[in-house]
Amino acid sequence: MNAPVKGVPVGRAPVEPVSVQRVIVRRVAAPLVRIVALLAVTLAVLVTLLLASGFDASLALQAMVRGAFGSWYAITSATLVRAVPLALTGLAVAIAFRAGLLNIGAEGQLLAGAAASTAMASVLGTSPSAMLVPVVLLAGVVSGACWAGIASWLRQRFGVLEVISTIMLNFVALYVVGWLVRGPLQEPSGFYPQSMPLPRSLQLPALLDGTRLHVGVLLSVGLAAAAWWWLRSTAGGFRLRAVGMNASAAAVSGRVDVARVSMYAFLASGAMAGLAGAVEITGVTYSLYDHSPGYGYTAIAVALLARLNPLGVLGTAVLFGALQAGGNAMQRDAGVPVALVHVVEAVLILLVIAGDRWRGVSGKRAAAA
Amino acid sequence: MTAASPAAGAPTPEPKGTVAPTVALALHGISKRFGSVTALDNVSMRVRPGTVHALLGENGAGKTTLMRVAFGLVASDAGHLEINGVRINAHSAANAIKHKLGMVHQHFSLVAAMSVTENVALGNHGVFAPARVAAQIRTIGERTGLRLDPEARVADLPVSAQQRCEIVKALARDARVLILDEPTAVLAPEEAQALLRWVREFVAQHPSHAVVLITHKLRDALAVADDLTVLRRGACAATGPARTFTEASLADAMLGPTERSASVEAELVPQVQRHTDSVGAHHVVLRADALTLHDDRGVARVHAASFHVRAGEIVGLAAVEGSGQAELLRALAGLHAVAGGRLHRPEEVGFVPEDRHKNALLLDASLTENYVLRDAGRRRGRIPWRAMATRTDAVLSTRDVRAGGPHVHARTLSGGNQQKFVLARALDDAPPALIVENPTRGLDFRATAAVHDALHEAREAGIAILFYSSDIDEVLTIADRVLVLQSGTLREVPRDRELVGRAMLGLS
Repeated sequence: MNAPVKGVPVGRAPVEPVSVQRVIVRRVAAPLVRIVALLAVTLAVLVTLLLASGFDASLALQAMVRGAFGSWYAITSATLVRAVPLALTGLAVAIAFRAGLLNIGAEGQLLAGAAASTAMASVLGTSPSAMLVPVVLLAGVVSGACWAGIASWLRQRFGVLEVISTIMLNFVALYVVGWLVRGPLQEPSGFYPQSMPLPRSLQLPALLDGTRLHVGVLLSVGLAAAAWWWLRSTAGGFRLRAVGMNASAAAVSGRVDVARVSMYAFLASGAMAGLAGAVEITGVTYSLYDHSPGYGYTAIAVALLARLNPLGVLGTAVLFGALQAGGNAMQRDAGVPVALVHVVEAVLILLVIAGDRWRGVSGKRAAAA
Repeated sequence: MTAASPAAGAPTPEPKGTVAPTVALALHGISKRFGSVTALDNVSMRVRPGTVHALLGENGAGKTTLMRVAFGLVASDAGHLEINGVRINAHSAANAIKHKLGMVHQHFSLVAAMSVTENVALGNHGVFAPARVAAQIRTIGERTGLRLDPEARVADLPVSAQQRCEIVKALARDARVLILDEPTAVLAPEEAQALLRWVREFVAQHPSHAVVLITHKLRDALAVADDLTVLRRGACAATGPARTFTEASLADAMLGPTERSASVEAELVPQVQRHTDSVGAHHVVLRADALTLHDDRGVARVHAASFHVRAGEIVGLAAVEGSGQAELLRALAGLHAVAGGRLHRPEEVGFVPEDRHKNALLLDASLTENYVLRDAGRRRGRIPWRAMATRTDAVLSTRDVRAGGPHVHARTLSGGNQQKFVLARALDDAPPALIVENPTRGLDFRATAAVHDALHEAREAGIAILFYSSDIDEVLTIADRVLVLQSGTLREVPRDRELVGRAMLGLS
């Protein structure tokens, strides 16, 4: 019946060449469908929650859309301003995950970066030159890298799982910041648990007049593009991906120094998150506080939803920025607690992870057959 | 059930009308498709009580799938089965165990960190009574000769004892039909012989029990089985009493009468090909002087080994699992530190590791990326992906790797093509030396022949090759000279099956 093709292993279908159309479907159309489906499910969950808690869903959703996209000001000063730290921390998580490192510590590394840049600003005095802004940012970068470096060292030296150490270090960072704003970095009156606002010259310049949008947005776009190019095109980026895909094969067949690549990836990830903290201080809050919007946690969802693609991170960061901006508006205008948006975010994360798992399982089944 | 091949001989004569069930396990008209691939096509098989039934076929012929259907791990699309005379429709592994079927998979399913007792008790219901289970293990050990220390941690046991543990696990659940999937693949020759002897004794002692032996070793099958069933491309190619078959007729049934190529002949008759003429004429590429190697825990694994490999020869390395060959091969490949003595090796040494999924391939990356992986460690700057894709494509066509193109993921290739690709990658820049570790593990005849051809070609091109295989016949077939590593001591042994076999076991 089935005529044997000479030389083709028995029982396996020969692999068909992939056409251009199929590549387009796989690379562009399928992710779009996925994202639209996710958004639809998210919206359904949100509406269900709103109705179940007795709110006027249409009013709440209108408030949400208005808060996120309703005006030029909402887009720039609410959505995009939140998207910047989400994009930078999202990149941090994406880089680490691509290297096979489960860095859950972007939050702690962000706080470390924010604290160090605040400290650097206070060292520079009351009227420093605007030329020193990069120095303040650099302090955040180095601090974030060092904070990640602790987890990296624990992993290499003692085999401590980075999932655990980075989560722990998040709390340590939060409490250190709490101490700093009540101690060495507290504003001079000693009344509020926050640092003295940055002098005007150290604040990031606004990108558009009349909005809160600062040049950090350019920084995050530039870094995302750079990270995308670097991962895709350079030997270092390939090493990082190879280690993330199969560290053992990278070591044996590629002679890659896995420990070294892991360490650099961890440091780069921490540096990126630290930069997010520094940009937040110099561009948005101007002061260090002992509480945090949790960008570093949301970043995990940002990175995963973008399938760890640095350019995709930009898109998902805007999506989550919009959700948070809209959530605040919903609370303000429709009295819906912002916690509801957090529930929706969590549902989105679970959907993404479950979807990936399912794809992984079904993909493996297909390969096994 | 029909004998599809003329070489098969008459179907098994069944003594009719006896009181005891005349079949221990029967499969009737089993068909199974995976997507567009027909894995099993109307296969029937009868295992008589008190017999050993060998199930033969090339890799991918459907042996394991058929037995997974029998054990309820795979649902068949058509057909039904009968266990100890009971017809079974809806099937599951739990149901199989209930009907006293036991299966030992090729890759063991033991919890390494647990004791033998815990592993045997795993899956039982109710209260875990370690003492009772341990007593049961001892009883089984006395009754069947499968002796095990119930307290031992599975991770500390040698492979042969882990296999015993798997069999005991099945017997502890009162299995009457034991399915053993390639049980000798992981064993040293002596251990394999012991296992086959045990299988014979087991059915001799238990006339109502039966063993199904999945294998692709013709010699083992003929030596131990009462009945044989041969699968070819998912269909039953031959079946009947073992005495009606010869090695040649079995090979015909497995491969199809017209497809026995010259290289397969060479597989069956290892003594045919010889390559001795040019040895000695070439310069030494790899040389070890009193080389001593430690494993990762600092335990000495190779003591004062001295040998050399010349350009244009294949030196075979024969060793029982765990004799230190992993360390030796990795040291030669530059992946393992030298603890003592001297090792002279060229800068560039190609290495084909045994476990291609774990150590050679990025399964979810393209073949181009997998090709670039070869020198990922020393590359700098940008990677010229376009040029690399062209290069990969050229490698695929010149080395006859069947893939959809350089952009497809390594996972989509069959095992044979994955291995051909890994070998082609290692050979692409014609390194002065090549180290290969069990390169044909899990491959079928044709893919094995392709790997052997590629190695012969590399030898003709003047590459110094050190070839390790856990299959002693393969080492003898392909190597010009044979080194035997036994408990860390290396010596050269004449190319003779018996001498090499004895040397591997430490007998001289």
